Amino acid sequence: MANPNAVCNGHLHHHHHQKQNNLLKSGIYKKNGITKGMKKNGVSNGTLYKKTFIEHFEQAPMYVAVLTFLGFGVGTVFGYLRDFMRAWGLEKRHIAAEREQQKDFVPLYQDFENFYTRNLYMRIRDNWNRPICSVPGPQFDLMERVTDDYNWTFRFTGRIIKNVINMGSYNYLGFAETDVNALKTVTIELQKYGTGICSTRQEMGTLDKHVELEKLVAKFLGVEDAMVFGMGFATNSMNIPALVGKGCLILSDELNHTSLVLGARLSGATIRIFKHNNMQSLEKLLRDAIIYGQPRSHRAWRKIIILVEGIYSMEGSIVRLPEIVSLKKKYKAYLYLDEAHSIGAVGASGRGVVEYFGMNPDDVDVLMGTFTKSFGAAGGYIAGKKDLVDFLRTHSHSAVYATSMCPAVAEQIIRAMKCLMGQDGTTQGLQRVRQLGKNTRYFRRRLHEMGFIIYGNDDSPVVPLLLYMPGKIGAFARRMLEKNIGVVVVGFPATPITESRARFCVSAAHTREMLDTVLNALDELGDFLQLKYSRYSKASHPELYEETRLELED
Amino acid sequence: MDIKNLKNYLYWLFCQFELITCSYLMEPWEKVLFYTFNIAMLFMVLYTAYIYVPIHISTAFQFCLHLLGNQHENAVSIVK
Repeated sequence: MANPNAVCNGHLHHHHHQKQNNLLKSGIYKKNGITKGMKKNGVSNGTLYKKTFIEHFEQAPMYVAVLTFLGFGVGTVFGYLRDFMRAWGLEKRHIAAEREQQKDFVPLYQDFENFYTRNLYMRIRDNWNRPICSVPGPQFDLMERVTDDYNWTFRFTGRIIKNVINMGSYNYLGFAETDVNALKTVTIELQKYGTGICSTRQEMGTLDKHVELEKLVAKFLGVEDAMVFGMGFATNSMNIPALVGKGCLILSDELNHTSLVLGARLSGATIRIFKHNNMQSLEKLLRDAIIYGQPRSHRAWRKIIILVEGIYSMEGSIVRLPEIVSLKKKYKAYLYLDEAHSIGAVGASGRGVVEYFGMNPDDVDVLMGTFTKSFGAAGGYIAGKKDLVDFLRTHSHSAVYATSMCPAVAEQIIRAMKCLMGQDGTTQGLQRVRQLGKNTRYFRRRLHEMGFIIYGNDDSPVVPLLLYMPGKIGAFARRMLEKNIGVVVVGFPATPITESRARFCVSAAHTREMLDTVLNALDELGDFLQLKYSRYSKASHPELYEETRLELED
Repeated sequence: MDIKNLKNYLYWLFCQFELITCSYLMEPWEKVLFYTFNIAMLFMVLYTAYIYVPIHISTAFQFCLHLLGNQHENAVSIVK
């Protein structure tokens, strides 16, 4: 039967229409046992990526960098002036200083980090550590605090600022809620088990709740077995030393989280760093490792492990998983994937970056994640093959020494995961994931149109908005709070010194009205503070976005 | 109405100056110090310009004329 669409891209798709209803979501289908992918024009890296991978890392115009350095220069000059005045007693010392008897010892507070803290961080300190007094849902209540002596001390006025829109909490799927119906099972478990465990996993701290949760996590991710820990940070820092040791090589991404860096350092293995999400850099390191071996003896490395994250929380970029998996298979290395921000947040049904790229979870050797972000609980997990998890049960520092997860928290994770998998009989989980995707795309699209510089992948719910200048960090956060919106601003040392940013975390619980309120406030504030640096936006090139005007005759 | 817009615009420009040079973060006495220093520098630059720029311009003008043709064997001007 002649079909005009039979040949496209040089491949015969004559069976495409008949097999339409058998197609899986990601467009892969089998015929005679051979997997074929749908080929689209313009997909980078050949057939590795099934959907387009768009990431933005726009550089600001040169004058912005110059003015940022100017601002820091002025701040540094005044910092030296204030230090001079403090040293000569012209000003009262508020910050920690050595005692009189220790004046001739090695100085403790003269390094750059302390200088920066005393003189620059203190001036805008009121934008961090703000105490909240409600659940961190899409809106929260804030305790009002004022300072009388320029942020050295704070006092609470007693007033509570109500219904501040929350753009900073990692509440991606909106499970941080106080709805009584939703928390029914958690209440039951709380009354059954209490709150404390009072033991470690290996002694008497393994409850049936933990076994149930571990089975559920393994089923959710599609792996053989999983183990849960009480604290997400400790999952990384206590388990990497159990997996690698001296004589092993760790290849870690430039922008990895502190927990991964700490775990890598504690393990005693050699650490080499590759450029952020840069596969050429990683491949070069792998080749050098295999060709030259260990530094002095040139023996082969006992193990080569690649540490990456699913979504990087400061950039909003997603890892290039298909390329990394193909590299690891080629050079026979192991892969440790930290899905702290991506589990629940990306993927068609919330199963993380592995599902987002349509890959097999068996390709990743160690799947790690946390329950803090998308599940509204606390703790972390490590999942993978049964041998790996059994090894960790006996050899992990966390299993031997750290208290296990509280049973009420475990129940919260169980109910959130069941909701996501659809096992509670509703489609609420899938609706939340879809809502998050819609919110993310809408928010990012609008911010791009307005002309802000946004980093990261188009599908990641972490949205960093670049502010650059140190003066604007404080101004931005304070003015947003005046408009009843709570944002998180980040500066040095969490980011490079010139790239300070405001980080928004979009949530499935945000309604369209809330996002519109935030976007309008950002628009106003962006005009006032001159934050719209982007040169590719609709605002700077309106002629490129003009729709064709049809002249209709009446 | 125009005066109000102008005043708003000037205030907004002043805010931008404050943000860029970090004087938004400074305590009042530091601001006084910073602005005094800036105004003093600006004043000195303007004063220097006022004194020396006419002399530089006229010297440059004479040099240009000299380049275009030897027309001033007897036109040595004395500048007070």
